Amino acid sequence: MYDLVIIGAGPAGLGASIYASRYKLNHLVLGAEVGGQVVEAWEIENYAGIESISGKDLMEKFKKQTIDLGGTIVSATVTKISKNYDGFEIITDDGKKREAKSVILALGMKPRKLNIPNEDKFIGKGISYCATCDAMFSRGKDVVVIGGGDSAATAALHLAEFVNSVQLLFKDGTKVFEPAWEQRMAETGKIAVASFEKIDEILGSESVAGIVYETKDGKKKELKVQGIFIEIGSTPGVMLAKDLGVETDEQNYIVVKQDQSTNIENVYAAGDVTTGSNKFRQIITAVAEGAVAAGSVYKKLKLVKK
Amino acid sequence: MEMQFTDQNFQSEVLESDKAVLVDFWAPWCGPCQMMGPIVEELAKEMGDRAKVGKCNVDENSATAEKFGIMSIPSIKIFKNGKVQQEFIGVQSKEALQKALEKLA
Repeated sequence: MYDLVIIGAGPAGLGASIYASRYKLNHLVLGAEVGGQVVEAWEIENYAGIESISGKDLMEKFKKQTIDLGGTIVSATVTKISKNYDGFEIITDDGKKREAKSVILALGMKPRKLNIPNEDKFIGKGISYCATCDAMFSRGKDVVVIGGGDSAATAALHLAEFVNSVQLLFKDGTKVFEPAWEQRMAETGKIAVASFEKIDEILGSESVAGIVYETKDGKKKELKVQGIFIEIGSTPGVMLAKDLGVETDEQNYIVVKQDQSTNIENVYAAGDVTTGSNKFRQIITAVAEGAVAAGSVYKKLKLVKK
Repeated sequence: MEMQFTDQNFQSEVLESDKAVLVDFWAPWCGPCQMMGPIVEELAKEMGDRAKVGKCNVDENSATAEKFGIMSIPSIKIFKNGKVQQEFIGVQSKEALQKALEKLA
């Protein structure tokens, strides 16, 4: 039985492992996406001590340090966590079972979906949640970006380098991107910006061929596009935690105390998925929460007499 | 070791292979693909001779990427008997890929 199993291999999970190794906790990191969402970041300039680095390079450093210190990262998706007599049982997608005295949930965030018909069917067939990954496949095409934040604006700008035209659609009242982007978008001569009230439908048979939406005044509009890039933020990945009975707030973030503990004994949480760090959701706060969580596990398991 | 599939060798190494072949379509600018890389390398080692496992750089092999309708990466396809048997989009765990590949191996 492990002292600790860390679920999630982003900054919080690897940060926790680094501290767990230093505390000599017998532990394991389980995570399908090593590096988490950070690997999609083109450039990071606000991580103290590193002036400028790509997300993937930063996470390679995290990974190397984790392994060099003795941590083990297993590439597997956790499908279930359950409480047993003296700890927790963790089941992964290969059917393997592992037992641990304590758990750190570093589950991170998932891209938010539109939740409309055909969305899942067209993932990889015209629908994308990663403009930096997939812009090239839209060369010469007409595309839509959905979202009103900075990530939507930067996605539109990135796409404009490849495509014929970009229609940026934001839900009425959600345009929050920096005004500086608006000017940059206008300068490309390729990006149009409009609002919608509701997305009705994605058209196409084998791949995306168009999108139908309604405007605020109730008019239906149809655009013929071959690509739809969805940039409407992210949502905590808390299903596993909820199944275990971990308390979440109204926005689905895991409620943690100052020591990163949750309402369930020996279950801790760290990183973007928690209510901690004022929900700042930065790499540096995720790492810090991971470190605190590992420290709390150490105190509980090794320093307190049972 | 993992193989490198290209426009030139895709027909002979993948489509005409008598073994199941896992192809990881990737590109150097794609962060999630970079994280997928080591997983595919490990998988190649573990599968040994039972299946072929390799990568196809879509930037350098655009004809193949286009032929198989790649529009999102990382994109992983498992081929057997010249046909796509299973496909995955986005970063996948080694365990999930291994399970799928073992079924066809």
